[in-house]
Amino acid sequence: MNIIRNAIAGTMESSDLIVTVTPGSGLTIDIQSPVKRQFGDSIRRSAEEIAQDLGVTDAVISIEDHGALDCTIRARIETALLRASKEE
Amino acid sequence: MSKLINSIEEAIRVTGLKDGMTISFHHHLRNGDYVLNMVVDAIAKAGIKDITINASSIHEVHAPLVDHIKSGVVTGLECNYMGAAVGKEISRGIMKKPVIFRTHGGRPSDIMTGKSHIDVAFIAAPTSDDMGNCTGKIGKSACGSLGYAFSDAEKADKVVVITDNLVPYPLTDFSIPEIYVDYVVSVDKIGDPKGIVSGTTKITRDPVGLKIARYAVECIQASGLLKDGFSFQTGAGGASLAAAAYLKDIMVRDNIKGSYVMGGITGYMVDMLNAGCFEAILDVQCFDLKAVESIRTNPKHREVSGSQYASPTAKSCAVDGLDVVILGATEIDMDFNVNVHTDSNGYIMGGSGGHSDTAAGAKMAMIVAPLVRARVPIVTKKVQCITTPGSTIDVLVTQRGIAVNPARQDLIEKFKAAKLPVVTIEELYDKAMEIVGNYQPVELGDRVVAEVVYRDGTVIDRIRQVIE
Amino acid sequence: MRRTMLFLPGNNAGMLANGDILGADSIILDLEDAVSPDQKDSARILVRNALKYLNYRGCEVIIRINDIETPYWEDDLEAVLPLKPDVIMPTKVSGADYIHRLAAKMTEIEEKNGMEVGKTLIIPLLETTLGIENAFEIAKADPRMAALYLGAEDYTADLRCKRTKEGTEIFYARTRLVNAARAAGIEAYDTPWTDVDDMEGLQKDTELAKALGYTGKAVINPRHVDVVNAVFSPTEAEINYAKEVFAAIEEGKRLGKGAVSLRGKMIDKPIVERARQVLENARAIYGGEF
Repeated sequence: MNIIRNAIAGTMESSDLIVTVTPGSGLTIDIQSPVKRQFGDSIRRSAEEIAQDLGVTDAVISIEDHGALDCTIRARIETALLRASKEE
Repeated sequence: MSKLINSIEEAIRVTGLKDGMTISFHHHLRNGDYVLNMVVDAIAKAGIKDITINASSIHEVHAPLVDHIKSGVVTGLECNYMGAAVGKEISRGIMKKPVIFRTHGGRPSDIMTGKSHIDVAFIAAPTSDDMGNCTGKIGKSACGSLGYAFSDAEKADKVVVITDNLVPYPLTDFSIPEIYVDYVVSVDKIGDPKGIVSGTTKITRDPVGLKIARYAVECIQASGLLKDGFSFQTGAGGASLAAAAYLKDIMVRDNIKGSYVMGGITGYMVDMLNAGCFEAILDVQCFDLKAVESIRTNPKHREVSGSQYASPTAKSCAVDGLDVVILGATEIDMDFNVNVHTDSNGYIMGGSGGHSDTAAGAKMAMIVAPLVRARVPIVTKKVQCITTPGSTIDVLVTQRGIAVNPARQDLIEKFKAAKLPVVTIEELYDKAMEIVGNYQPVELGDRVVAEVVYRDGTVIDRIRQVIE
Repeated sequence: MRRTMLFLPGNNAGMLANGDILGADSIILDLEDAVSPDQKDSARILVRNALKYLNYRGCEVIIRINDIETPYWEDDLEAVLPLKPDVIMPTKVSGADYIHRLAAKMTEIEEKNGMEVGKTLIIPLLETTLGIENAFEIAKADPRMAALYLGAEDYTADLRCKRTKEGTEIFYARTRLVNAARAAGIEAYDTPWTDVDDMEGLQKDTELAKALGYTGKAVINPRHVDVVNAVFSPTEAEINYAKEVFAAIEEGKRLGKGAVSLRGKMIDKPIVERARQVLENARAIYGGEF
């Protein structure tokens, strides 16, 4: 799946996150989170897995987390990637 | 004769304040306080260094302390609570000497017994006469009770009252009498009223908080303690206040006449008093305008000193008569030890306040907290810092079950009989881990940045530096 | 037993994480009205993941999907049905055809995914005048039908009248719907109370629904759950009476009596059936032996 445009998913609420996807070469994952020390690795793994499942190899995925659970993180990343792969 | 002097600068000079001394402050002006910063700024300007500050609490408004610590003006800090603004920097290791954390009862105990010595006490007073009879109940910066300042006034070598409402002698409704006061300084403003008291404290509408509050009140009912003569303390946090509101409904409905209520006093406690739920409020600290209004006008709403509130070395104190206290936690471990000093990353952002005092005194000490807060589990294998020992904590109430300290089999039986969802703390831990997934505990450094002194004077734990 | 069906907005991560502890017998994860058109994709994926990763212990999960006239409903079903929610709730159902189309699509998805066909039930939202008139044929439209659920807000708009707290305007719809559901042998659930702070009104409205034969009610705010649960729970008096009914039957058997009476009234089949229902609910709600 190709990333052809910028896209955002998620909300600013607590226990949610905002994911911003932009086109790029290679996979770049940037994480900001108040629980980065405890869950930074887990968030990164989830982002990599979702990208791999969707066949995304080139994208910049920026995550601004507000203490979201893994299922939420995965949902927002998937939504942002799907949105970024479709024409507006 | 008058004790009035012209300025804080003059106060520093005439009290003989010099390098290495200890000065003290109370925190009744909370996050609206100007006095601590004004005094420390003046000390820095006078070229005095190596000062220890003994304050009942340090709030966000005291962030300028960070620079005074870095420059060596302040080299020691003792308090019962420290907000994140200064706490985070302390956790990063900006001060050589560890911070000494006490409790709201331990601090006046150590001061009254002479264990902690104060050279000069600076007492912010919303109203004072020129001889130092002062009160927090009136004035544009009114804060209500001045309870935490009593021991400082009594025991400090020199006492300076700083006010922004100077009235003619004698102020009759004083809290602290002139007999302890050396000097009085009049300034424009001792604080920002918006930070001193909240407007109205609102009860949470968060359904999880309400669920926890409901369980907490059901526990109190099941415990058998809720009857005439009931005494109670609760915090001002979301679920705690909601619990107080539910409790009020039950006490009014069942015509239960309680004895006294304590805590950071809010309008909700005042409503309970006025509704006849309690005979009295014992008030060491007001949190909102309604509480200030009540302490000024209602004789059943009584100001008490920190010692009378919670000192373990006073001949008696009010926490020892408590039936139930509802408290918060940032972490609680398998032994029911509670941390309210540090956040999930290990940074200082709180302190005991009256947490460990009330837990030790109350017949039933309850922790109310959501099992997971923004992916941070409340239940851990081992707390980063022991604020309050698990031996004094009886019940943990979460939205996903109620864990009772195994030492309290009596409560376990009563709660089960009342069909409350009793679980073990290990089960709550497992549930929390299942929800958050892949939790990696934070590693802390070796250097000690703070010592936690329990109310009996023993060092109960040490807080370590955060490595960034 | 669905005394309460609590609506949770499908795009709210915090609410989804705690949906199962709010005391409702069922939660409705809403992909329809609670989600704006530009967030339909986001909510659908979030709800799917909630079903996949969260453990809603002891709480039935209902998914409200988008209307069959929108471009979303098939995607909604494709996303959530493979995760075996207990119930699918279609909206604006006005006839049996709607249910036939929906059930066919559900069966197709189940077969495609190698799932047992028919496990996920349907509780349609009847919120049009035509839907109310066709309530019985809707109730009988498919073996998946578990209940009918009345939606009074859209219904009164369709009726072109004002929705009032007294609810006189929906009396016909309430009675017609519950009668149709009972005739088809399924349950009937009442429309939610929409004034969040009027607890007294909620209590009265729920009692009215119970008096008309409803056994549950949808709720739009967690604070309404306790009141509605209480109304639809058997009272102590009802439980005691039910126990007496069974004790009297036992006693009658022991004495070899053909007909048994209790408190001067003959115990007939409907009374036994009612007593059985009361005790069954009591066991489900309070646990233990009744």
